[in-house]
Amino acid sequence: MAEVLVLVDHVDGKVRKTTSELLTIARRLGEPSAVFIGEGFDSAKETLAKFGAAKVYRVESADVLSHLVAPQAEVLAQLVGSASPAAVLIPSNVEGKEIAARLAIKTESGLITDAVDVKPGAGGGVATTQSVFAGSYTVDATVTKGTPIITVKPNSAAPEEAPAAAADEVVDFAPSDAAKGARITESKEKQATGRPELTEAAIVVSGGRGTGGDFSPVEALADSLGAAVGASRAAVDAGWYPHTSQVGQTGKQVSPQLYVACGISGAIQHRAGMQTSKTIVAVNKDNEAPIFELVDFGVVGDLFQVLPQATEAVKAAKG
Amino acid sequence: MNIVVCVKYVPDAQAERTFNASDNTTDRENVDGLLSELDEYAVEEALKIVEAGDGEVTVLTVGPDQAADAIKKALQMGAHKGVHVKDDAIHGSDAPATSLVLAAAIKKITADAPADLVLTGMASTDGTMGVIPAMLAERLGLPAVTYASELTVDGGTATIRRDGDVSTQTIQATLPALVSVTDQINEPRYPSFKGIMAAKKKPVEQWSLADLGLDAAQVGLDAAWTKVDAFAARPPRQQGTIVTDEGDGGQKLAAFLAERKFI
Ligand SMILES: Cc1cc2nc3c(=O)[nH]c(=O)nc-3n(C[C@H](O)[C@H](O)[C@H](O)COP(=O)(O)OP(=O)(O)OC[C@H]3O[C@@H](n4cnc5c(N)ncnc54)[C@H](O)[C@@H]3O)c2cc1C
Ligand SMILES: Nc1ncnc2c1ncn2[C@@H]1O[C@H](COP(=O)(O)O)[C@@H](O)[C@H]1O
Repeated sequence: MAEVLVLVDHVDGKVRKTTSELLTIARRLGEPSAVFIGEGFDSAKETLAKFGAAKVYRVESADVLSHLVAPQAEVLAQLVGSASPAAVLIPSNVEGKEIAARLAIKTESGLITDAVDVKPGAGGGVATTQSVFAGSYTVDATVTKGTPIITVKPNSAAPEEAPAAAADEVVDFAPSDAAKGARITESKEKQATGRPELTEAAIVVSGGRGTGGDFSPVEALADSLGAAVGASRAAVDAGWYPHTSQVGQTGKQVSPQLYVACGISGAIQHRAGMQTSKTIVAVNKDNEAPIFELVDFGVVGDLFQVLPQATEAVKAAKG
Repeated sequence: MNIVVCVKYVPDAQAERTFNASDNTTDRENVDGLLSELDEYAVEEALKIVEAGDGEVTVLTVGPDQAADAIKKALQMGAHKGVHVKDDAIHGSDAPATSLVLAAAIKKITADAPADLVLTGMASTDGTMGVIPAMLAERLGLPAVTYASELTVDGGTATIRRDGDVSTQTIQATLPALVSVTDQINEPRYPSFKGIMAAKKKPVEQWSLADLGLDAAQVGLDAAWTKVDAFAARPPRQQGTIVTDEGDGGQKLAAFLAERKFI
């Protein structure tokens, strides 16, 4: 069976959920081989094995991660050459898409970004589904040249366990000089919020300009539901919430089971980031806010009244 | 310091965007278009850098006739000259082919006057792939930093701040370099009346594939490395229940969440 390369998304060996999703998808196409770049393989190994990585290609060179993504694309290009995989699956985030773009050019291969579904193609190859134009269309596409390179959005598959060996193989790799033109000189860790990661969360509760800068009712509801907290750009631009929490066209695209929009009007750029959520709920005091066009359930009312009451009711229900 | 800014003409996001049924490509003719809003940030950043020192800003677009509007807007904002690559053969090009044309055009522009920076938007507002900057860097062999939310240029080095989920990074790249900028980096200016008048006299060159030494077979739908097999409009979401809070809105909300098994 052909190998399918999966680029592991991890922070010092702590593997993100997207990787188990990608390994699950890879098994539909062939035999998953994880590509692990950086330190912490020992802590990652168990997860990679659990979700079906038969093999793990390891690159530990410190030079690789300190130079942004260009060297990582070189690693993958080298592996595409030596392993002739059936496809390369990469998480659809900022770094992942850049790596994929470079890899496509290096290997003269077709690239599909932000896939929400990946399957074996009817006539061989790989069939993908994307959601475009702010979620208003779905597109089925295939790669017609080279090795299919596909970036896959979080939450595109339910991770399924399928124990495998995760036998590691250290890859002999040194980045080219050309890949070293950009260097990370300083990296300031963000403070952990203790909440789930926005793009991975099953539930997202977001606040907008309607919070007036007080996100506490939004956070309290989020915490009662075990949810991530998001924000509209208006809230981010006002400095109320960090940009990394922004949902929308120029922020994160989320597709959770449940999205709760609080004090958010529902501008097209905001919709672009949340329209594919399974269930949508909104609280807004303007009954004409466009967000209500999308909702499964909406409350016309003041979020400072509605959210605390909902939070209490959720807590009571959970006991 | 000379800067080349890549700007894209895109269908207006407020309009009904759709596809050409004949070849599954984005409809760029029957929808009003404009300079991709996210590219305004790249134009603004280029203008700020040049205004603080010297040099020229050249805006480059690859697109159909109407794409001239994107160049015009950038010239009105203050860019010095424009280059419009258009050729019927380019229709339907995918990202690798578009980056091939852009890279050839940048090489031609910089053959006459070397550029220290190539700036792009973070992503186009239609395709939103955000891959052209990385592809361009790869093709031009330039160091690249994408998604910059701060950029300073000093001597032969560009210093960039980038906001990630796990950390905020400071990155240094040696010039010439390619940088894609986010909508966090600045506040794009509106063209002034003076700018609008001045733009009318600014030079805009039009190049064909032949001018770039490219062959029609290298671009367009037939040369694409991916193929759209089908597209379908998502069924519009059905509006669900809307209740007005009469003191029990929160309870009703929680009841809905319980009914849907979220609690
Ligand atoms: C290029 C570009 C990119 C963009 N990218 C994004 C993006 O990624 N994400 C994004 O979100 N936006 C984005 N925007 C901005 C977008 O167009 C809107 O301006 C923004 O989403 C508005 O945020 P909002 O809904 O919080 O604010 P508003 O539109 O001001 O809406 C606030 C809402 O809160 C309601 N409200 C007020 N008080 C209360 C209360 N006490 N209780 C309940 N409801 C209340 C009001 O009725 C109103 O509907 C982008 C814009 C551009 C031009
Ligand atoms: N046809 C084009 N002409 C000029 N610049 C482009 C074109 N397509 C993409 N770009 C540039 O590349 C950036 C990212 O585009 P994309 O990869 O299509 O999301 C845009 O913000 C533009 O700066």
